Amino acid sequence: MTAPALARLRWNERAAGVTDSTRWLGTIMLAPAVVYIALVVAVPFLMAIGYSFSSVTIGTSTPRFVGLENFKDALEDPAFLKSLGNTAIFSLVSQTLVIVLASILAIALQRKFRGKWLVRLLILLPWVAPISLGSIGWLWIFDPVYSVINWTLRHVGIFGPDTWPIWLGQPNLAMASIIGVHVWRTLPLATIISLGGLSSIPQDIHDAAEVDGAGFFRHLFVITLPLVLPILLVAVLFGLVFSITDMIVVYVLTRGGPFDSTQVLASLAFFKSIDGGDLSGGAAVALFLLPVLAVCAVLLLRIARRAEVV
Amino acid sequence: MATVETRALRKEFTGHTTAVDGVDLVINEGEFLVLLGPSGCGKTTLLRMIAGLETQTSGDILIGGRVVNELPPRARKIAMVFQSYALYPHLSVASNIAFPLKAQGAPRNSIAGEVERAAKMFGIERLLQRKPRQLSGGERQRVALARAMVRHPDVFLLDEPLSNLDAKLRNLARDELKQFQRRLGTTTIYVTHDQVEAMGLGDRIAVMSGGKVRQLGPPQDVYDEPADTFVAGFLGSPPMNLVHVDGVLVGFRPEQLLPPSAVSGDGSGPTVPMRFAVERVEHLGAGRLLYGTLPDLAPNDKIIVSLAYTVHSTIEAGHAYDFRVHQSNLKFFDPESGLRVPARPLPARRSA
Repeated sequence: MTAPALARLRWNERAAGVTDSTRWLGTIMLAPAVVYIALVVAVPFLMAIGYSFSSVTIGTSTPRFVGLENFKDALEDPAFLKSLGNTAIFSLVSQTLVIVLASILAIALQRKFRGKWLVRLLILLPWVAPISLGSIGWLWIFDPVYSVINWTLRHVGIFGPDTWPIWLGQPNLAMASIIGVHVWRTLPLATIISLGGLSSIPQDIHDAAEVDGAGFFRHLFVITLPLVLPILLVAVLFGLVFSITDMIVVYVLTRGGPFDSTQVLASLAFFKSIDGGDLSGGAAVALFLLPVLAVCAVLLLRIARRAEVV
Repeated sequence: MATVETRALRKEFTGHTTAVDGVDLVINEGEFLVLLGPSGCGKTTLLRMIAGLETQTSGDILIGGRVVNELPPRARKIAMVFQSYALYPHLSVASNIAFPLKAQGAPRNSIAGEVERAAKMFGIERLLQRKPRQLSGGERQRVALARAMVRHPDVFLLDEPLSNLDAKLRNLARDELKQFQRRLGTTTIYVTHDQVEAMGLGDRIAVMSGGKVRQLGPPQDVYDEPADTFVAGFLGSPPMNLVHVDGVLVGFRPEQLLPPSAVSGDGSGPTVPMRFAVERVEHLGAGRLLYGTLPDLAPNDKIIVSLAYTVHSTIEAGHAYDFRVHQSNLKFFDPESGLRVPARPLPARRSA
């Protein structure tokens, strides 16, 4: 730039404005998120708490306060107790599977191999597919008459002519099926989180372990997994909360059946309040695990913060 | 204890960059060899290949006379200290030091004793229960050294182990390191870009650049008799002055051009006069740095002269003085290839 051109440049002498102020700029940037959460999460949440202590149904306009009546009713309802147990089985079994599988996948994906991008894409696919579409796909796979699983297993000779399981129609199989589908759809996120944790371990640490003479399993169980544990805990936290509060898989595949054998709290709350009209009863069911979830979240976050990845 | 040998060792990375370009080295038993060079010269890649952390594109590596090309790091009987120390952050100091022993399958009841012994050697007994993050930089470095020596490796590989320490600590750590190595007598290969460390620690120095070893020899030899202009310019602070005189590069160290009163005339050979025009004087406490040119010999080349505080001559910027340098201190290089050429007489002093 020539000297005259430089001379024409002006210093920006405008006084400090809103965008110069950390306080105001911060407030403005945060506002959309806060408003969104307040309207879509906080208000319905507070309404649900209100409902759970009242006698409100879809038809009433003047609900009255009934105290803990709804919670007492729920506890005396066999369907509720069954759902509570199902929720525990569904969440714990699926997330245990997810964590083990996600760790294995993440460790495999850390290595270099041909076609890695394709494997990565395939693993991510269940996460990017709309869950209702994915579940409907599974509905076909589990179809009582045309099940592609049964067809395949019979043709390769594993199933005899008399074996034809009804995946979604037999209580234990139905539970196994929804757990399978849930694992299928939550595995990608857990894998990505674990992969992030793994790549945050400096290469020097791996090199040191190698030079120090660690074999594959010592390296994995004494160095890699403990270092990635805090991140894995975050994945578990997400997975558990997600599993306990989710109902799409159950809703699409089994509607809670057969005989409530796959009913979970989230789906029960939905059927009770929306299909059955019992808003207060549904709210009580939905809020039942709130303390458990809160404790779970606080605990895991504390562990995650205390542990350190280098 | 073992010798280490590399034969025509090459490493190419994808993208056709050659990190190490045909290195032949023989490191003797118990020797302390320093690989010295600027960043990107291939010294760390060379060390990592010897460790087995990188696979060479071609060439052989021998440890103790045995070809180890195909062996994983754990089978090479080596120990390595990393620039970051690479301590296992979730393990206590004791567990860090015990890790190689456990991995080796050392008997359980002997481990505690070995850890104790290693800790004592580096004066870190009271830190055994701490986690790495609770340690200072110097303490971490000692833990890394203790972890490396605890299982009596044949070869120590050290990758810039002092560069994360502050300057004060570094001198102390350098001295300690050298003493440990002397006492243990373990063959050691030490990578650094710091010429002071290289001069101070090495039994021999291999100066590297562009993936090649430019010169290999004892520190004083490499300093006094650089093989080419790269070595001449890399060693020494300030580096060797290189001036163009009649189609040849003439080099001399900044501390070798002196006022006549400071030049020793005690039969250490003839001296050569040089007119030195001083442009600036820096007072550094322990001495003076003079910046200027040689108007008669090479008016276009800047040179630096370093005077010890024992030289009391009055020197002022803007004046020219008659300085002298020992004939034997002048080194000659080919300006094209940068390689040393035989000494020759300087042209007679031109009239100014």
